[in-house]
Amino acid sequence: MIEATPRVLLERMWLVRAFDEAAGRLSRLGEIPGVIHLTIGQEAAVVGACAALSVEDYMVGNHRGHGHTLAKGGDPGRLMAELLGKDSGVCRGFGGSQHVAEPDVGNLIGSAVLGSGVPVGVGFALASQTLEQGRVSLVFFGDGASNEGAIHESMNLASIWSLPVVFICENNGYAVTVAARDALSVTDVAARAAGYNMPGVTVDGQDVDAVYGAATDAVARAREGLGPSLVEAKTYRFREHAENLPIPPYRAESELAAWEARDPIPLYEERLLTTNVLTAEERDAIEEAARARTEEAIAFARASAEPSADDLAANLYADGSER
Amino acid sequence: MSETTYLDAVRTAQAEEMRRDARVLVMGQDLRSNVYGAADGLLEEFGERRVRDLPTSETACVGAALGAAMCGLRPIVDMTIASFLYVAMDQFVSQVAKNRFMSGGRLVTPVVYRASMFYRGATAAQHSDRPYPMFMNVPGLKIAVPSGPVEARGLLKSAVRLDDPVLVFEDSLLWAERAELALDDDEPIPLGRAHVLRHGTDVTVVAIASAVKQALQAAEELADEGISVEVVDPRTLVPMDWDTIFESVERTGRLVVADPATHTCSAASEIAATVAERIFGALRASPRRVTTPDVHAPFSPALEAGLYPDAAKISAAVQSCFD
Repeated sequence: MIEATPRVLLERMWLVRAFDEAAGRLSRLGEIPGVIHLTIGQEAAVVGACAALSVEDYMVGNHRGHGHTLAKGGDPGRLMAELLGKDSGVCRGFGGSQHVAEPDVGNLIGSAVLGSGVPVGVGFALASQTLEQGRVSLVFFGDGASNEGAIHESMNLASIWSLPVVFICENNGYAVTVAARDALSVTDVAARAAGYNMPGVTVDGQDVDAVYGAATDAVARAREGLGPSLVEAKTYRFREHAENLPIPPYRAESELAAWEARDPIPLYEERLLTTNVLTAEERDAIEEAARARTEEAIAFARASAEPSADDLAANLYADGSER
Repeated sequence: MSETTYLDAVRTAQAEEMRRDARVLVMGQDLRSNVYGAADGLLEEFGERRVRDLPTSETACVGAALGAAMCGLRPIVDMTIASFLYVAMDQFVSQVAKNRFMSGGRLVTPVVYRASMFYRGATAAQHSDRPYPMFMNVPGLKIAVPSGPVEARGLLKSAVRLDDPVLVFEDSLLWAERAELALDDDEPIPLGRAHVLRHGTDVTVVAIASAVKQALQAAEELADEGISVEVVDPRTLVPMDWDTIFESVERTGRLVVADPATHTCSAASEIAATVAERIFGALRASPRRVTTPDVHAPFSPALEAGLYPDAAKISAAVQSCFD
């Protein structure tokens, strides 16, 4: 198990925040090619959920995946190298920001077509059950993806076979610009669990303890062979859907401000400071360490080589066969 | 030696591979009751864990089989009718074909999907497709088109042992075909190796699936007219054994491709184009394609009967090479 002490939870949230702030800067400067989606604002949801797993457990991330990989224990240097398209990247420069995966820590795929990776994550659990691996599969998706048929089929399949899956919905309120309140038949995505005969809980996604607690219950249930669960973390993205994506306003400034007032990191820091779990100096040191680690990651990524064109064919088929 | 039908050859291959490797399992709709005829006795011999009936959720099941393959199992999925592949098209294209590539070659995806091309049986437009060409357009998939019982068994056994995803398109017109199978065959037919069934000097006929038998019949008839036809069965379309095709056409100088798929962008189109592009100087006549016209299968048996390639059409195409 990851030792999910308050300090570890805070360190992980700060690492995700510092990493994605830096990634946003590099994207705006044009150094990171393509499209990136930042986790900023949603750190408690991803860190709280992954902290309930061990490194051996499986995980499926989505297009907003930097936080998923880091929360699962991925190396920030190799993650940043992936964002720069380098050979030392977690996917050797073949996945990029939208498809980050790190098999070494169980993050087997990051899938950017909404809902598309969810069936695959159910398959991880099928292997775990059949081969008695004892591993749980944690599958991230959002409120937008919760309307995809793939997710509904997957929940049914996981339920009928009692597979060790934890479906975790980061409900950040918007599928690009379309509000969940306008696109979902339910107020809480967790209500949909009832249709698949599994527990569904909604938690405050800005509260890392709440997410961690709900995920821990779901993981325990899965490990005991009692089948899948759905955990919904109500959260908010503080940035645009994607960086460098100019979109006319669709969220009220007051709404954004209200959520920013519930930034998961200061929220947790205040709890730890007032309960004397952490001193102010320790808090500062955690933030500084996260920023320093991010700078190291950037330096590592910049110094890394481009991938080889030979790998285009080599990565397509395991036996290296040509078409 | 024993004489075996096409479907029983598939059953035999599945049973043999399940006996050989405990990681192999079969999944499909109506599998346990053996509705589609290639699973007889599997449930009794291998049990419920390794012989799974699937809910009618093609998207979840295709993805879950892939995910299970990524975590240690080697699933064979019976998709039943080939047009049901479309229900899970996103899984085939965005997950099955791409996950290894997007991981920078770090993942293996050893999964097999079987589908029967059930046509010329008045099943009309939604159940009669021969859709392998559209999957040829997706890098990352391998595609087998067994033309008889020996090929059905040998190619499936190879497919199961490969670390790459393989789609096997089984031609229902061949279900009743019988052939002698070696009882102790542990040298399955490798993918990417064509079979020259008849040697000839005047025309090369590359024939796919049910068209192989028709091409042999045409070759027999044409021999009486003094035309010597070479018949080549590519056996797999990805990888394609270009060397054998080129070598044959370089000797004969003429090419006819017989392919039950719909004309535009058919496998025949790819073969004809590649031969013209690569060994144009060897050609003494333009390549001919014998395919199905660009219409859907009509329900009317009277209309459907004349739609697909047959020996007479192949003969006519061969003769036209000498006009």
